[in-house]
Amino acid sequence: MVAKTIPLNQLPLGSFAKVVELRLEGLPRRRMLDLGLVAEAVIEAVRRSPAGDPVAFCIRGALIALREEESSQILVSPI
Amino acid sequence: MAKCSSCRCCSKVEPIGVQEQFKIKLNSPEQAIIALAGNPNVGKSTVFNALTGLNQHTGNWPGKTVSNAQGQVKFKDKDFLLVDLPGTYSLLANSVDEQVARDFICFGHPHVTIVVIDATCLERNLNLVFQVLEITPQVVVCLNLLDEAKKKGISVDAELLAQELGVPVIPTIAREGKGLEELMQAVYDLCLGIRQTFPKQITYDLDIETAVNKIEPQLIPLINGFVDARWAALRLLDGDQTILQQIDIPLVHKIAQETRMYRHNGFLRDRIVGNIYARAEKIAQKVVKNSSPKIDWDRRLDNILTSPIFGFPIMMLLLGVVFWLTIAGANVPSEIIANVLFQFQDYLSTLFLAWGAPAWLHGVLVLGLYRCLAWVISVMLPPMAIFFPCFTLLEDLGYLPRIAFNLDRFFKKAGTHGKQALTMSMGFGCNAAGVIACRIIESPREKLIAILTNNFVPCNGRFPTLIAVSSIFMGGAVAYNYSTMVASATIVLLVLLGISTTLLVSWLLSKTILQGEASSFTLELPPYRRPQIMQVIIRSIFDRTLFVLWRAIIVAAPAGAFIWLLANIMVGNQSIIAHIAQWLDPFGRLLGMDGFIILAFLLGLPANEIVLPILIMSYLATGSMLELDSLDALRKLFVEHGWNWLTALNVLLFSLLHFPCATTLLTMRKETNSWKWPLLAVLLTTAIAILVTFTTAQIARVCGLV
Repeated sequence: MVAKTIPLNQLPLGSFAKVVELRLEGLPRRRMLDLGLVAEAVIEAVRRSPAGDPVAFCIRGALIALREEESSQILVSPI
Repeated sequence: MAKCSSCRCCSKVEPIGVQEQFKIKLNSPEQAIIALAGNPNVGKSTVFNALTGLNQHTGNWPGKTVSNAQGQVKFKDKDFLLVDLPGTYSLLANSVDEQVARDFICFGHPHVTIVVIDATCLERNLNLVFQVLEITPQVVVCLNLLDEAKKKGISVDAELLAQELGVPVIPTIAREGKGLEELMQAVYDLCLGIRQTFPKQITYDLDIETAVNKIEPQLIPLINGFVDARWAALRLLDGDQTILQQIDIPLVHKIAQETRMYRHNGFLRDRIVGNIYARAEKIAQKVVKNSSPKIDWDRRLDNILTSPIFGFPIMMLLLGVVFWLTIAGANVPSEIIANVLFQFQDYLSTLFLAWGAPAWLHGVLVLGLYRCLAWVISVMLPPMAIFFPCFTLLEDLGYLPRIAFNLDRFFKKAGTHGKQALTMSMGFGCNAAGVIACRIIESPREKLIAILTNNFVPCNGRFPTLIAVSSIFMGGAVAYNYSTMVASATIVLLVLLGISTTLLVSWLLSKTILQGEASSFTLELPPYRRPQIMQVIIRSIFDRTLFVLWRAIIVAAPAGAFIWLLANIMVGNQSIIAHIAQWLDPFGRLLGMDGFIILAFLLGLPANEIVLPILIMSYLATGSMLELDSLDALRKLFVEHGWNWLTALNVLLFSLLHFPCATTLLTMRKETNSWKWPLLAVLLTTAIAILVTFTTAQIARVCGLV
């Protein structure tokens, strides 16, 4: 199935997506992996900081805030 | 798991320094070491405190477990030493705390490792469990936070989970003490060999397994009985260089080199972690039951506390309320304590007189040492005993990460790490603790910025000065009914100024000597938790209030005696202190203060707590008043020495911005391994403090405001 992929930072608040690809390298990539952001993982965009960034995502039951720099490097397909 | 005596290699792989690094102190050789591991925010510290009975009054600040806590537990006939490891998501040595945790589980040879896991997000927690299981089979899983899970409509089948993992799984609600008896029983059984575990390890993708099968047999003769060979093979395959520091054997280095050929098709780590998560997902599907969740209070609360409209006002309001409570609540107890202590001073004086002690001895010990102590205690204890519990309450509630979430963008703009908001918050307690907390920041550049700027949030040693001065001059300038409110507002403004300075200086540093972009970070926003009142009180009073007070006392006592001598030894027609103050006076005037104030700040270097007592003592020595038992008396004393609102304002500003105390500087030296950075911190802060106070003084004078 070829679904449309978007960077995670473009996922509207309140919607869900599946991780397609991590475009991060090195330590940031390993951090995301540790949090369970592996391919096919389901993620929900939950809330935006009052200052505009970061955005908190629900990842495997935990609320994790990511800055735009990282979330724009995570490709997801909305579900 | 003693090392074997026969093989050559084991003598080489003595766990160098791991036990020393952790400062493990066993009461007896029979005592068993228990490691406590887990993700951050799973209630690990609650388990630790519940098991060790809150006897551990080690400095309990966030990030504290980067250096670990230890505690004694007795269960049945056996003594255990419980070692609290840093909270980590993984043991793949991505950061210092992960490496610390891994090294301890691996090379510190604990008899049993307890992995505390969060029932509400099982998959991510199982990731850590599987990583621990690869290192050691001696594992007990503590399935914690079942109360929170229940609220969220999540139930976990512990027995089924135990079957899936092959190790005991004990359901607990640590904050209510539920399940801890069973947990210790499982640890006990495992320790004494009454029970055995049969951990079911992860099977990785075929090519990974093939590679492991080639490497593992080569490692077995080299590291047998020291670390698990399969685990070591996986780590070498993953390209992990850090374990070579612990297993420093030439042959192993060579094997590590050879693993390169297995890494040709990239992203090996992705697949290793992916395999673990795939298994974790499968298990979670089996053992977790989700019923329809009730109202999600966390999200509702977050909707308000991090709302675009209310987020920032609520932050300031909370800050204001905390200060208001501190100022309003501390007044009366401060006066009572002062009365009691100063009455005792009279009693002491009578005693000295009755003994016929020489006047100078009475002066040094009673008028110097004792009076300074009495002042420090009566002024510092009540506000701290209110401020610290309030602060700990917010911390326990889970509000601090929300502050970091709200403020992160500003820190990013300043080119620094988002967690700097957390280390900054810690600085409110104690800047030295704030500097230590900077360990949670991995990037060395951002860590240095956080360390250098930590001093711009006023620590608890400075709050009494800030509170007293703003109560007298800012609060005193308005009607009595509003004075507490105005004083609190002044302090909130000062704190905001401190935060702005932090951001500005951070930005300047990252544009100049510490250039670079903000590095990646992830910030977990844990669920809000009902604070445990008893724990909050005990922790904030014993670990924080008394800790800080004690530090102030040991500095204040000798300082009091010393100042008394300075104030009473005459050279020519005036005392030494008057000479120095006179010499400093022109400089002080330039900054809108006077020589005594500058001297007090300088002499207050050992601890900021004593700045005000020093000032009072030197004024008293040169003034007409002898007793000082209320803020009103203090006001009279200051006014008598020529204070006006500008003096007060600049004392507040100088106190906020000036050089860090000696303890903080020493801590900086320790954390950065160089005198360069503490020195820079002194220059930077002092320059800013001088510049700001000079400017306000000149503006006020030019505009004819004073």
